[in-house]
Amino acid sequence: MSYETITVDTDSDGIALVTIDLPGVSMNVWNEALMRDFSAFVDDFAANDEIKGAVITSGKASGFLAGADLRMLGGVKASSITEAFESAFGLNAMLRKLETSGHPAKALQNGQAHAKPVAAAVNGLALGGGLELVLACHHRVIADNPKIQLGVPEVQVGLLPGGGGTQRIPRLAGLQNAAMMATQGKPIDPNTAKSYGIIQEIVPAEEVVAKAKEWVKANPKVTQPWDKKGFKYPGGGGAMDPRAVQFFMAANAMAQSQAQHNYPAIQAILSCLYEGSIVPFDTAIRIESKYFTKLLSGPTSRNMIRTLFINKQAAEKGEQRPKDVPATDIKRVGVLGAGMMGAGIAYVTAKGGMDVVLLDRDLDYAEKGKAYSAKIVEKGVSRGKVTKEKGEALLARITPTTDYNDLKDVDMIIEAVFEDPDVKSDVIKKAEAVIGKDVIFASNTSTLPITGLAKYSERPDQFIGIHFFSPVDKMPLVEIIPGDKSGDRSLATALDYVRQIKKTPIVVKDTRGFYTNRVVPPYLGEAMIMVQEGIKPALIENAAKSLGMPVGPLALTDETSLSLGHMLMQSTKKELGDQYKPSGNEELLEKMVVTLGRHGRKSGGGFYEYPEGGKKHLWQGLSEHFPVADEQPSVEEVKERLLYAQLVPAAQCFAEGIVSDPQSADLGAIFGWGFAPWTGGPMSHIDTIGMETFVRKAESLAQKYGARFNPPQSFRDMAKAGDKLYGKAA
Amino acid sequence: MTEAYIYDAVRTPRGKGKADGSLHEITPVQLATQVLEAVRDRNEIDAGEIEDVAFGCVSPVGEQGAVVTRTAILNAGYPETTSGIQVNRFCASGLEAINIAAAKVKAGEADLTIGGGVEHMSRVPMGSDGGAWPTDPETAFKTYFVPQGISADLIATKYGFSRDDVDAYAVESQKRAAQSWKEKRFEKSIVPVRDVIGEVALDHDETVRANTDMQSLGALSPSFTMFGENFGFDAVALQKYADLEKINHVHHAGNSSGIVDGAAAVLVGNEEIGKKLGLRPRVRIRSMASIGSEPTIMLTGPEFAAKKALAKAGMTPGDIDLWELNEAFASVVLRFMQALDIDHSDINVNGGAIAMGHPLGATGAMIMGTMVDELERSGKNTALITLCIGAGMGTATIIERV
Repeated sequence: MSYETITVDTDSDGIALVTIDLPGVSMNVWNEALMRDFSAFVDDFAANDEIKGAVITSGKASGFLAGADLRMLGGVKASSITEAFESAFGLNAMLRKLETSGHPAKALQNGQAHAKPVAAAVNGLALGGGLELVLACHHRVIADNPKIQLGVPEVQVGLLPGGGGTQRIPRLAGLQNAAMMATQGKPIDPNTAKSYGIIQEIVPAEEVVAKAKEWVKANPKVTQPWDKKGFKYPGGGGAMDPRAVQFFMAANAMAQSQAQHNYPAIQAILSCLYEGSIVPFDTAIRIESKYFTKLLSGPTSRNMIRTLFINKQAAEKGEQRPKDVPATDIKRVGVLGAGMMGAGIAYVTAKGGMDVVLLDRDLDYAEKGKAYSAKIVEKGVSRGKVTKEKGEALLARITPTTDYNDLKDVDMIIEAVFEDPDVKSDVIKKAEAVIGKDVIFASNTSTLPITGLAKYSERPDQFIGIHFFSPVDKMPLVEIIPGDKSGDRSLATALDYVRQIKKTPIVVKDTRGFYTNRVVPPYLGEAMIMVQEGIKPALIENAAKSLGMPVGPLALTDETSLSLGHMLMQSTKKELGDQYKPSGNEELLEKMVVTLGRHGRKSGGGFYEYPEGGKKHLWQGLSEHFPVADEQPSVEEVKERLLYAQLVPAAQCFAEGIVSDPQSADLGAIFGWGFAPWTGGPMSHIDTIGMETFVRKAESLAQKYGARFNPPQSFRDMAKAGDKLYGKAA
Repeated sequence: MTEAYIYDAVRTPRGKGKADGSLHEITPVQLATQVLEAVRDRNEIDAGEIEDVAFGCVSPVGEQGAVVTRTAILNAGYPETTSGIQVNRFCASGLEAINIAAAKVKAGEADLTIGGGVEHMSRVPMGSDGGAWPTDPETAFKTYFVPQGISADLIATKYGFSRDDVDAYAVESQKRAAQSWKEKRFEKSIVPVRDVIGEVALDHDETVRANTDMQSLGALSPSFTMFGENFGFDAVALQKYADLEKINHVHHAGNSSGIVDGAAAVLVGNEEIGKKLGLRPRVRIRSMASIGSEPTIMLTGPEFAAKKALAKAGMTPGDIDLWELNEAFASVVLRFMQALDIDHSDINVNGGAIAMGHPLGATGAMIMGTMVDELERSGKNTALITLCIGAGMGTATIIERV
């Protein structure tokens, strides 16, 4: 038989060595070709008496098998739900046949039949459907390398491990370990996997195939534990075992407390574990495939796959990069200003493998900026996340200085000095005096227009904005802002740099607040308007969390500080004069900051109190100044207002071209301010609820609460035309 | 419609629901058997006249399984013609069993019935029957399941009852129970439980602590803090009650119902059968009601069940002389008093489950007996008996002296 994606070498003992090696790609994945080939092999394996056993391995140095090709999953278009189920059940049916050699479970249980032995020889990572293939083998041998990742990460894109993962893992490792692996999606290392009972042997990498073969030869007749009579779940299972009952009670509550009912995959995984522990294996995998089908046909997984996987990868690979500019290899970066932002930028740059010249007016400041990296490294080393050597190498790449001459060999400049045009102008001039003629100059700013700053540059075509978020080492998004005169090479270089520091970039137009800072203030503002209306602060915060926001808007306001909000309000007022549009929170900010001295988390508390050593809690005194109304809205109503307070400004940004495509609007929202990830982002969410629903709801909110909720005209037009943001195919 | 009357009510004393409790060595079938024997023997009736027996039982598995009622009927030496049914409406099972027995009489299906219940919590622990509701992710998620203790604390938080409020209620319950025993107010219905050799194993409620005070209760730590905070149940409750910032955990072993063993039986029949057998009707069953309510806060059902029973009877709260609400948790009673504007001196006048314990399937029938006795003792006329129920339900019955 000839295959495209696997090779099968059967030795003189009749042991088939199956090597998975997809042509033309660096990593093995389950795609249509592999499904077809492997399925043909399994049929042959079960039917052909010449083959006595099998060893499955990978021909890729990169790993064993990385799971299903998500593009293939996204592309499956079944004409009916039963057809979709049959298609989803394909992998389960094939793996079941591999482990039973096609014998019915009953024949295996009463010993009338045995399966032919199959061993997995795992040389590298096995994730999702890759690990599920490993689990369907009777014996699992893995290379002795702690870096090998074994896991079922499907939950992270709104799916469940649909190749028997929710059934074989608990039957080997117990319900608790299985729930942890499948509901969190985090991989485990070979030693942990061995302690869970998921794999049996850890051997030197070069011996995996030999050891696997050895086992196959020694065990000609095998049966999976769950196909043996009297099989019991390790640690208990089923509806009546008190251990399982207790486990599910707690797991259900924990899952709800963390997922806020927004992630159907988490519940579906627990249902697979629960129901699967009550019924026999063959029924269990059908149930699993049904839940998988249900998730795959729902909007959450589609949106999560699109934004969190496909579009995120595309953006990181340079989707918006001018194609004809050759790639720049950035080796040395000058970071100007060693304050909080500069220090963070220096750290991520050094972590990305680049040398950093960290410049500040005062050497003490520059040193302090480097100390920030030292602190992160120290923490990483103490937690075992980074080796001491790597940490030291990272720190060695950062050179603090006050001397502009030290910038002469840099490939790129990022300035992060105080947000004041005069200060910025000064460092631009001083730096440009020494740096090479081709060097791209990036300005990190969250408030100043790039085109305005570019005027201080001698080379405005090489000048561009990069907006980092604080804390830089934690926040995954950066906004890239080309000014009017920024050339293609500046954009390409900025994107190349972001790729090197492994963050997610979006390209945004040079307007006040760019994208994220256009949306977040009205969202936080809506929460403060609600406080003034007398809506209970707890209701506001809980509604936001129930929406899927990581923290409530009042807590977030405390973090960014009320005084910053107050200051911005005043400066905007001053700048715009008569043009200033009141946000409705002027009085609240004035009262909180000026009268009551509640500046936020860092000084005096804000909406919350921050007792030393205790948990923060809402400030009781708030209701004295903003009395709680007798009639409270439903949580649904509050949720809707908080949601639309983000959807409408995000739509406005897209309508105005501040973000040029829905992909960027979605990525920016999720990775910039933590917009509910289950939605796939505001644009995905608008598509999911329907453009017409969005427009109608926004209009009714505008009538009730104010014009700020009015949807952009172009969205009204799209609703009329029946258009979607992502087009019909996506 | 035919009227249903209560002719007699008996109960076992409640034994501490642990291995060192006085009833631990007695089987659950024996507890049920002895109350059935008592109803027959002290009324001197031919048990063949009793057509059907409904017994509540909340954990009907193991030695309480296989329709424990029918097993006890045969064990008590009733003729084989008497049928039995086992009823489960969680904590209101005993009262629901009486309502079923009464409904059979009212409907003309039977002339003489028994409603009652049995729960041997030291031998068949609570939760022994498993159940999908908290365990199956589908139902746990859909209903925002939290354990009852969290619900009770949620009631306290939402309706503003402090730790002192619930503790003070508990102290009063103990005081009233002790006083009632001292005055022998339960004498009419108590049937001492006898062991294999015929000796009395228990003749009084075993968990009453007359000397309970605020100080001794104050020393107890809340029971559900760890559950709520570490296992995520508080967060689940707050998702449904989003206007609360956090749950105030106030309940502990001292202000919640105790785990005990016991059984009770109530003889229910129409007017004619009473005349025929020479029995004196003690109260008339005026109305009955069961309702469903919000399952996460779970224990607020009595308010709605009581209102429904009052409406069915054409009565208002002012028409009720005595109220009896099972003391599952102190906050449940405090909320009920608040909702219906009931004075503490009119409710649970002889103490309740906080002092004497709550044998799940039997409690409803026990507190019915308590009210029948108390109406006669105090010379009052009407009483409403109700219980809060798991998964958000309520059952209530109004009785009136004849």
